Formats: sequence, C-alpha cells, structure tokens
Amino acid sequence: MTEFTPLAGLLGGSLIGLSAVLLMGGYGRIAGASGIFAGLLTLSFNTEFGWRFIFIAGVLIGAAVSGLIFFDASSLAFNGGPLTTIAAGLLVGIGTVLGSGCTSGHGICGLSRFSTRSLAATSTFMAVAILTVFLTRHVLGA
Amino acid sequence: MEKLIVLVSGMLFGAGVTISGMVNPMKVLNFLDIFGPWDPTLVLVMGAGLLVTLIGYQILFKRKAPWFAPSFRLPTSQDIDAKLLGGAALFGLGWGLGGFCPGPAVASLVFGRMESITFVIAMAAGMILARQIQKLQRPKAGQISS
Repeated sequence: MTEFTPLAGLLGGSLIGLSAVLLMGGYGRIAGASGIFAGLLTLSFNTEFGWRFIFIAGVLIGAAVSGLIFFDASSLAFNGGPLTTIAAGLLVGIGTVLGSGCTSGHGICGLSRFSTRSLAATSTFMAVAILTVFLTRHVLGA
Repeated sequence: MEKLIVLVSGMLFGAGVTISGMVNPMKVLNFLDIFGPWDPTLVLVMGAGLLVTLIGYQILFKRKAPWFAPSFRLPTSQDIDAKLLGGAALFGLGWGLGGFCPGPAVASLVFGRMESITFVIAMAAGMILARQIQKLQRPKAGQISS
C-alpha cells in the first residue's frame, strides 16, 4: 500500500510543468527526460551534450534538496529482484529510444502541444504498463 | 544565462518527481494497479503537469523564439508507425515491471539505493543498444527524440 497524497501530487506535478515551460521558454527545448539522458551517452562533448548535462545535474540537485525536506527516502520500495530491475531498465531504455520519448517528453510536453504522435505513444505505454501490472500482480501473482 | 535557466529547469523537474512520489517505484506501480490497491496520486501529478505546461506553451508559442536561444526546437515527425508504437509498448512493459520511468529513475539516484543504480545502468545500456540497432537500419537517422 502507498497512501494517496493529493497535495504532494499536485505540487510535484505543477513543478514538472513549470520545468517544461521554463526549458521551452528559456532555451526552446522539450523537457523529455529520456531524450535528455540519452543525449549524455556520447563521446562528443559539444553544446548538445552541455545543456543536457546541466539539466541532469539540476535534476539530481532538485531531488536531493527536495528529498531532504519533503520526502522520506526510507519509503522507497522496489519491485522484484535484480533481474527484474535489469530487465525493466533495458526495456525502458530500448523503448524510449525507439518510441522517441517517455512520460515527460510524450506524456507532458507532447500532449501539451497536441501532438498526435505523443497521444498515440502515451496511450500505448500507459495501456501496456497497466496490463503488465495486472498480469504480474493478479494473474501470475509475482 | 541560458545555462542557469536549464539548471533551474532541471532542479524543478527533480523536485517535482521527488515531491510527487514518482521516485518511489511502488507508488507508481500502485497507480498502474487499477484493479488492486489503487493509488490515484499520479493522476494529479500528470494532470497538474499537463495543465501548467499546456497553459505555459500557449503563452510561449505566441513568441517567435525562446528568450535565450534562436528558435524553438520541436519534433517535426508526424508518423505514427510501428517503431513509435512498438517502442512505446516496450517502454510500457519496462515501466510496468519496474515502476520507474527515466526521469524519476535518474532523480532517485541521489537516494543511493542499489536498485536505482542498477536500473539506470541497464537503461543506459538499452538506449545505446537501441541506437546501434537504429544506426544499422537507417544510417542517416538523426531524429530529435523527446
């Protein structure tokens, strides 16, 4: 069980939205976590690498600072063992590159600019994720 | 100045996924588990994030360019093809298995848990692998990914 936390949800969601608006307004970029992170996996350290590096550094700083004040890190709970974690990570990595985005890039930024591609992608990954949890928890009982 | 904007934007993102609880995979899985102990928090996270971005973008796109860059860099592809949907499906499968999507997974590294580190390394490996596959298929691939 995790508790329904509406105020934290609304505050957190608004901050993610502000992040997307600021990055677009200031620098003209989509705040998509998968694309930004994938852009760091390179050996050419140019401006394209530079801004992504700064963004990810900001993510870590923001998480660390807000984590101290608003978040109980001991509440973190993970699903399954190391093999599940590795499989999940691989699938998320492959899927977000092939599908050109994730929850933030497609789900927040893409939908906000009425992209039909993002709507198709978001509907697909939401549906598959819900189905996956249904199968693992209620059918296979893992 | 643009560097400061990018940094602050990243910080807001990191704080947002932390405060909302998305850095906790169990909370995300309980949101996805609509037939179980459903935790609707993420509806509000997505809803608030969408609302703020939607309004913000409407205002921003009246301008010709962002404040500190020559132009808005938006994805131009319109194709809803097998690659987009297949990729999204694989992502959904991984998200449903682990409860982590890329942003919260990276942010959760600061809490120093082995699962976060393992996940992010595996995710990076998956991204490199997918890019190599794409390179083999289409040597001139250079799409903007979001």
